[in-house]
Amino acid sequence: MTEFTAQDVIRPRWSPALRARAIRRFMLAGLIIMIGTGVAAVCLEIFGRSLSPLWLTVGIVLPSVLAFGALFVVFAITAHALLGRLLKRLAFVLFIGSLAGIVLTAWGASLLFGLVDRIVAARPDPIAQTIFGGELTTDEIVRFFAATPEDPKALEAPPALEFVAYLLWPWQFRLLRDLVLALVILGFVSVTASFAIWWERKVAGRIQSRLGPMRVGGWHGWAQGIADGLKLVQKEDIVPGRADGPVFRLAPYLVFIPVLTAFLALPFSDRWVLRDLEVGLVLVLGLLGIDVIGVILAGWASHNKWSMYGALRVAAQMVSYEIPMGMALLLPVMAAGTLRPGAIGALQSGGFHTWLAFCSPFLFAAAGVYFVASLAACKRAPFDLPEAESELTGGFHTEYSGFRWAVFFFGEYAAMFVVCGLAVLLFLGAWHSPLPASWGESLAGGSWWQRGLYALLFSGPAWFIAKTYALLFVHIWLRWTLPRIRIDQVMYACVQVMLPMTMLLLLGQMFWQLLVPPDGITARAANIVCTLAGAAIVAAFVGTAGWGYLNRRRLVGPLAVNHLPGS
Amino acid sequence: MTGSNRLSIVAAVLVWLARAGPVWARGPRGPGPADWIGIELEAVMFYLLGGLAAVCAVGCVLSSRVVRMALFLFGALGAVAGLYLLLHANFLAAIQLIVYAGGTLVVIIFGIMLSSASAAARYRARPAEKAAGAAVGLLLLAGLVTAVGRIDWSEGIAAAPSAPTVDGLGRALLTTYLVPFELSSVLLLAVMIGAAWLAGSGRK
Amino acid sequence: MGSITLMHYLVLGALLFCCGLLTMVVKRNAVGILIGVELVLNAANVNLVAFGRYRGAGIDGQAAALFVIVLAAAEAAVAIAIFMNFYRHLTTVDVDRGDLLRG
Repeated sequence: MTEFTAQDVIRPRWSPALRARAIRRFMLAGLIIMIGTGVAAVCLEIFGRSLSPLWLTVGIVLPSVLAFGALFVVFAITAHALLGRLLKRLAFVLFIGSLAGIVLTAWGASLLFGLVDRIVAARPDPIAQTIFGGELTTDEIVRFFAATPEDPKALEAPPALEFVAYLLWPWQFRLLRDLVLALVILGFVSVTASFAIWWERKVAGRIQSRLGPMRVGGWHGWAQGIADGLKLVQKEDIVPGRADGPVFRLAPYLVFIPVLTAFLALPFSDRWVLRDLEVGLVLVLGLLGIDVIGVILAGWASHNKWSMYGALRVAAQMVSYEIPMGMALLLPVMAAGTLRPGAIGALQSGGFHTWLAFCSPFLFAAAGVYFVASLAACKRAPFDLPEAESELTGGFHTEYSGFRWAVFFFGEYAAMFVVCGLAVLLFLGAWHSPLPASWGESLAGGSWWQRGLYALLFSGPAWFIAKTYALLFVHIWLRWTLPRIRIDQVMYACVQVMLPMTMLLLLGQMFWQLLVPPDGITARAANIVCTLAGAAIVAAFVGTAGWGYLNRRRLVGPLAVNHLPGS
Repeated sequence: MTGSNRLSIVAAVLVWLARAGPVWARGPRGPGPADWIGIELEAVMFYLLGGLAAVCAVGCVLSSRVVRMALFLFGALGAVAGLYLLLHANFLAAIQLIVYAGGTLVVIIFGIMLSSASAAARYRARPAEKAAGAAVGLLLLAGLVTAVGRIDWSEGIAAAPSAPTVDGLGRALLTTYLVPFELSSVLLLAVMIGAAWLAGSGRK
Repeated sequence: MGSITLMHYLVLGALLFCCGLLTMVVKRNAVGILIGVELVLNAANVNLVAFGRYRGAGIDGQAAALFVIVLAAAEAAVAIAIFMNFYRHLTTVDVDRGDLLRG
């Protein structure tokens, strides 16, 4: 009688031993058939015998195919075995690679489009570029590269150049460019969202003296966002029986698509912007405003009491907080005198002290008011009543699961990025570093590495993204630090505190601009005081965080660090 | 838009695909796709957005659930915002999104939620009402379209005006339209107080 | 397909207007009637902006449309407040039930 052990029960069907045996046998069979067929073919050739097509097929072609098949199976088994291990080791590399890939794609695209624009501009009769139209021909592209000062009409070009010309030709069409850039933005939003999900969990863990996700991926659970996404995509697709089906299915996309469209007018730098619209700011604000509709409809269509409460709270809260948020945005718009995001960003190139938040005390206060209102507009704690998981079991997304739930979260993190990006654009110097851009003017027009250095040191999309991520961190930090407040307190804070405050600030800024001369002693003093206050806030934050990190063992006792798998 | 025109577009697209671009892109002055298709993006976008607005408007009439009607209204508002963009009224499009879609519509949905006894509450019209309504509506539509079609709109067009800017609109509001502007702010104040009082007056 | 003229916009405006009017006539839910009103106002707006664009009226069309949007928002707020009162008294928003003055 055989005794079964736990090992027998949990032994996987596809054990490593079995796999090795399969690989050996398939490889042996494949090699034998191949060598046999080859020998037979050589013998036939030597003896000068020709075979009929039937025998040729049966004797030579079929065995060859079989041999290749066997070797392919070996390859497939090996690849399958390796892939799992590879994915586990390489998740970090994959993540960083995709982020770098997106940045490189955007950079390459901007260089490529610039090149094509120069070719178009070099034509003797410049043509208007339309979405479908464009009359640049490949010959002209070849001529652009082949032309020399001695012979401007030269057509002698290597064939490789012709190939390059065919590759460059399609990029004269705006539609194609927009398509590529839209894909880049979609990729950026996806990576940001999956990164922010992991980041949020790590920060939450650290704030609560634990580790957070540690398993997936190599280092510190880097791939947790990707793993969560994969898990959500393959979950069952559930629509509650009494829900309003079509509306229920549509709602997540009504949340996500407007936020994604807002990236249309959000500039990452003076050149990295899809459309620098004259009404860009209003458009971004409007698109952020209409994702409320998706949330409300989601709560309504779920046919669930808690979802309904969540939807009602969203309707009340987000519509109210739009007003202080929009009015706080009006202050920098008044100071800049334009609604065009690119122009507002360009104003703040003169270094740390010219950032709009430090230009007057009213703007400094407005930056704070805007940040609080933006927390509420993104439904983030302490204003996360619509989804309050301890009262409403998730609020408007109680009934959602799987892919649609993931779409809600992508929308939320994308909205957080847009809101923080607006704060950076309007108050915190947009894409400029704290150093005055005028210091780097000699670099700005230099060779490619000099321009790269300029982008890294003085003004470039990296600064915009870094500053936005810093504000994103504050959003996460506040969520895990502050308790949720009651709904009546939320409404009180909006209608009776923040609304009058923004109105007073608006009035104050108006009188400031009318009465205080911009070069006078008062304006200078206010600028210095505000700059020092801002610097003090940042320094206090960095100093406290550093002190806390250095004294972490004393502060929280034996930290979870000691329980790391490797220590 | 005539039938033969539509056919020629399809044929042109097919030919374009079949010849795979670069063949005619080689020639120094070969016909570009713009010449072949004769499409203007404006026309394509107008038919897309206008179609969306029309479908949503008809959906508003036909659907019996109020929330669906609000959803259709949302679609129509978005499509009309797109049409404003086509008409070079960028600021108006943004305002349409903020005030109409983000504000008014949310208030309407809020009203629906607070005023329905059950989620699936339906208010059905009687068949006679439906028939009469459809007849009147179609008659009115026919009359309007005939009236619009009778007039030759092409004559007397001024030179295409330069697209008005936000700057110009702001100036106009504070000069030419100063009185209506101030009146509307007074109205908004009255409405704010009135609506708050009305909504709270039933409470003891 | 040809280029888009003023007439295209006017026909679209007429269609939106008729749909809005029909919604107002056919629906018995008060909020539904409000939605019909919004459609009608939108139809008028499309016409205003289109005239401004194609007949050289410049900014006038847009300014008028802006006022229409403001008034529509105000009207919706008051209407919803009235419906709340209506609902509180009759526990329905069926406009046919609002015949208390008929005696």
